[in-house]
Amino acid sequence: MSDKNGSTSLRGASLPRWSPWAIAAGSLALAVVIGLAGGLDSHVQWGLIAAVLFVLGTYGVTARVEGRRQAKDRVMTSLVWVAFLLAVVPLVSLVWVTVKRGVKVLDVYFLTHSMGVVADTEPGGGIYHAIIGSLEQVGLATLIGAPVGVLTAIYLVEYGRGALARAVTFFVDVMTGIPSIVAGLFILSLMLMTKTQPFGFAGSLALAILMMPVVVRSTEEMLKLVPNELREASLALGVPKWRTILKVVLPTSLGGITTGIVLAVARIAGETAPVLLLVFGNPFINTNPFEGAQSSLPLYIYQQYANSAGSGAAYDRAWAASLTLIAFVMILNLAARGLARWKAPR
Amino acid sequence: MAKRIDVSGLTAYYGSHKAIEDISMTVEPRSVTAFIGPSGCGKSTFLRTLNRMHEVTPGGRVEGKVMLDSEDLYGTGIDPVDVRREVGMVFQRPNPFPTMSIFDNVAAGLRLNGKYKKSELNDVVEKSLKGANLWNEVKDRLNKPGSGLSGGQQQRLCIARAIAVEPKVLLMDEPCSALDPISTLAIEDLIGELKERFTIVIVTHNMQQAARVSDRTAFFNLAAVGQPGRLIEIDDTERIFSNPSVQATEDYISGRFG
Ligand SMILES: Nc1ncnc2c1ncn2[C@@H]1O[C@H](COP(=O)(O)OP(=O)(O)OP(=O)(O)O)[C@@H](O)[C@H]1O
Ligand SMILES: [Mg+2]
Repeated sequence: MSDKNGSTSLRGASLPRWSPWAIAAGSLALAVVIGLAGGLDSHVQWGLIAAVLFVLGTYGVTARVEGRRQAKDRVMTSLVWVAFLLAVVPLVSLVWVTVKRGVKVLDVYFLTHSMGVVADTEPGGGIYHAIIGSLEQVGLATLIGAPVGVLTAIYLVEYGRGALARAVTFFVDVMTGIPSIVAGLFILSLMLMTKTQPFGFAGSLALAILMMPVVVRSTEEMLKLVPNELREASLALGVPKWRTILKVVLPTSLGGITTGIVLAVARIAGETAPVLLLVFGNPFINTNPFEGAQSSLPLYIYQQYANSAGSGAAYDRAWAASLTLIAFVMILNLAARGLARWKAPR
Repeated sequence: MAKRIDVSGLTAYYGSHKAIEDISMTVEPRSVTAFIGPSGCGKSTFLRTLNRMHEVTPGGRVEGKVMLDSEDLYGTGIDPVDVRREVGMVFQRPNPFPTMSIFDNVAAGLRLNGKYKKSELNDVVEKSLKGANLWNEVKDRLNKPGSGLSGGQQQRLCIARAIAVEPKVLLMDEPCSALDPISTLAIEDLIGELKERFTIVIVTHNMQQAARVSDRTAFFNLAAVGQPGRLIEIDDTERIFSNPSVQATEDYISGRFG
């Protein structure tokens, strides 16, 4: 800012640190007043009005006190905050509702019993068979998808040149966009050709197809982050290329690769459509993924909702299973973060 | 165990771009040879052709002959991996392996090649670190990560890593360009000691350094931007710096270049 006699000062007027909070509180209060006065009964509308007021108020106040450039800066900051809240509020409320409704029937009995002798409309029963099914199907899918994905990424980053590499990249991109039901139908067509009945491993195959491109993409990014200097340092010591990849490149990027794999596992753990087609669902405990129908957590949730004719007991079980699934994914994520931090180069 | 390098008619390409053309020179065993010349004239490229690292770059291609004593490095049936065990390299920027401790960094060459006896490993690491003048500074923290050292220490760690595999020749690409004068001096002293055992080639932009450490100096230049780099002359360092036979060398050394 320049003052009147032309000399410039580096210190302009500035708002106190608490001003964003004050503006936020003010716009919230104003939004409540507007909401009550206008008879808006949806709290979502109140929140949106508050957000708009917050952004406008920030601009107005800052432009007046600090100047236009700072006002733009603060508006951008407040927009980021609003976007953050818009993203977080649904997420938090989703977790909140799931926990609130899920804990009702979630206990040790629920986790250790199947639906074998319980009609879907009756209370009782549990998700033991679905947990077994989920663990086996997702585990087998990971055993196939993760190595293939990581090896493909290694090929693309370390060896891939020319047409073949471009083709592989293209197909990985296409596979990323495959809807899960299409992957399920693909395996189903194979099953129809060989006249096989639904079984767990068929679901694993479809899940592996869905997992692979995600693993390839994330691993590729991680391998590209490894500086070329490390590869050259190792090669210059007379270490063969494959050993360089195994002993230098992979350990350096291990944390990121594991995180990527875990995120991919979390993604397929919630897939319902291919499991419905290929594994079919089964109220009894079936620990053999290679023969006979199985259940799985997402499938269980869907079937409890769909087959229960609006029974409250079935809804409670569906919510409890949802909570179990979310908890599983969260634990997996935390474990991956822990691993990444533990293995990160210090 | 040091070996002589004999280069004749060497030309190197990046894809279709010819980076250096028709270079011939001899590097004597147990001596230090310095490469000087303006940026982009192909010093690093030439250095990397001497241990077949040039072909690691996509599109990298070499024509000509590099004899290590009596063997042609680019002859048929020669494994570049074996070449690199004979001809070690230290890079411009220190690049210790970030996932490895100081000890593991020095042992990396032996371990990754799978050829070592467990009992020897400790001795080799100690000997190499002493050889790189780093032992006293790190002997109490061999299990700490190598990236926790200062830049100069990291560079000496990389030198220790390179000499641990007992190469015959050591190539150094501007090893001191990221270092302070004290670390630079430490590495220059080290080069003086290492030349008792190895053949050393060093690229440097620092004339005083070339004059201080090298026995022979090679001056590279390019006719114009986009033209391939060429060897202008190679001679005893004293002669190059007092009485070079080519005018361009004198201009470059006295700072009247370009
Ligand atoms: N990876 C690469 N791909 C294509 N061209 C390259 C590559 N590396 C170097 N070049 C080209 O080769 C020529 C020689 O480069 P080089 O790195 O050998 O020069 P230099 O003498 O080491 O320079 P400096 O003193 O700046 O390190 C330059 O024209 C450069 O543009
Ligand atoms: Mg260079």
